[in-house]
Amino acid sequence: MPMPSKLTEINSLACLAFIFIIPLAAAGLAIMNVGLGRTRSAGHMMMASLCALAVAGLAYFVCGFSWQGTIGGAGHTVFLSGKTWNWIAANPFFFGKLSFDGAAASLTALLQMFSVGLAALIPLGSGADRWRLRAICLSTAMLAAWTYPLFAHWVWAGGWLAQLGVNYGIGRGFLDVGGSGTIQALGGLTALAVTWILGPRRGKYSADGMAPAIPGHNAVLVLFGCVLALIGWIGLNSAGAILFTGGDAPGSASIAINTFLAASSSALTAALITKIRFGKPDASLTANGWVGGLVAGSAACAFVIPAEAVVIGSIAGAVIIFSIELLELRMEVDDPGGSISVHAVGGIWGLVAVGVFGQFQRPVMNVAGASLSTQLNGITSGQWLAQLIGVATLLGFVLPLTYGANLLINRFYPYRVSVEGERQGLDLHELGAGAYPEFVTHTDEFLPR
Amino acid sequence: MKVVGFLMLPAGWFLVLAAIVLFPSPALRGAFSLVGFALEVVGLVFAFRAHLIPREDKR
Repeated sequence: MPMPSKLTEINSLACLAFIFIIPLAAAGLAIMNVGLGRTRSAGHMMMASLCALAVAGLAYFVCGFSWQGTIGGAGHTVFLSGKTWNWIAANPFFFGKLSFDGAAASLTALLQMFSVGLAALIPLGSGADRWRLRAICLSTAMLAAWTYPLFAHWVWAGGWLAQLGVNYGIGRGFLDVGGSGTIQALGGLTALAVTWILGPRRGKYSADGMAPAIPGHNAVLVLFGCVLALIGWIGLNSAGAILFTGGDAPGSASIAINTFLAASSSALTAALITKIRFGKPDASLTANGWVGGLVAGSAACAFVIPAEAVVIGSIAGAVIIFSIELLELRMEVDDPGGSISVHAVGGIWGLVAVGVFGQFQRPVMNVAGASLSTQLNGITSGQWLAQLIGVATLLGFVLPLTYGANLLINRFYPYRVSVEGERQGLDLHELGAGAYPEFVTHTDEFLPR
Repeated sequence: MKVVGFLMLPAGWFLVLAAIVLFPSPALRGAFSLVGFALEVVGLVFAFRAHLIPREDKR
């Protein structure tokens, strides 16, 4: 029973509805990044989010989808120890030969177009207040045209990571239902690379070893972004379960419940930890915990029971809070939006959680031509190893690749704004107008330090 | 240190790939993969340390 190329009518309609709400996740992330940044770069952040979405969509349309492909589509393969490793798709550019007749391939293309936009928004949070707009567009084009499609092919289009179960009996192959690794960790590792290249904001780390907090300017935007993100994430996880694991539309109720529970438990854990440590719950860290729960819960949402989703979320909330502190204070990584901890660390934990908690009550149809018997529960073992291999690929291949690519772009077109531009704020420096023109300006922000 | 760190990341990944191909035994494959992953973690630590901000650049 290979993966069907055409979905049933109910699955197709449900999938379409789920995909249509995914842009709300992008809207949520965008306004969270705005709220976590400073007033003088707020308009620039929103503009950058819009440009990143646009560039990602276009780059994915031009060549990204042709390299990512779909389950059962044409691909380039290599033979290693008698097994076929599918490493990149071989579809025509510009969505060539893609028929919009309800086939799974056309829905996958639509879902991925939004997903790659979501991945492109993640690095913006860590590069806030110092990353030039045109550099953002160039970096996004690289991510959407090459880095993302390559890894997404390996995971979601029957590539070698998905084939680990069929080829080597390692679990059911690498599993990532809603994109904890493919979207979130990939975006988070790109955020890490960008942050390393950009360096910290001026004034973040002083010579006396202090790292003063530079608080976000609008907690309301940040917290409202969490709610928008939840809606988008439910669509993302539900559509991913149908398209990438052979799930059914009725099963989406449990996916939505797991998604919500993971986010809730993660946010409450973050609020509790910050309350214990700082005396009062911290709004921005709680928001980071919420999104971290969404991120961590994505990979396993179709294969866990609600109680396990709560555990996954709770652990994510704790890990993310400590990761943010570790990166900011010990590793001197200036990440205003917390993108690295939330998306990379949370995403990697989500991938590991599949191996720890995953229960497979139905066959997982993530590879073309996989027989039902090889994908059934209990036939194969070692899901933890499949997930470990996926995480190792993210750290050992994706991170050096995205760091090298961004470093190369930075050589020809420097990422960082000038000292004067950073002091002035990116709104005035790059866009020529502030987001809040009626605000009283603090003169010390414009004085040389 | 940066170069070493960024070389250790793919080196660890290649070890993991080698484990998949070379060892049919699940135990050996798992152990070898864990070693590869550990190498990546060490490489990541090197990369982080290489990006610490020099004292004279803190402002």
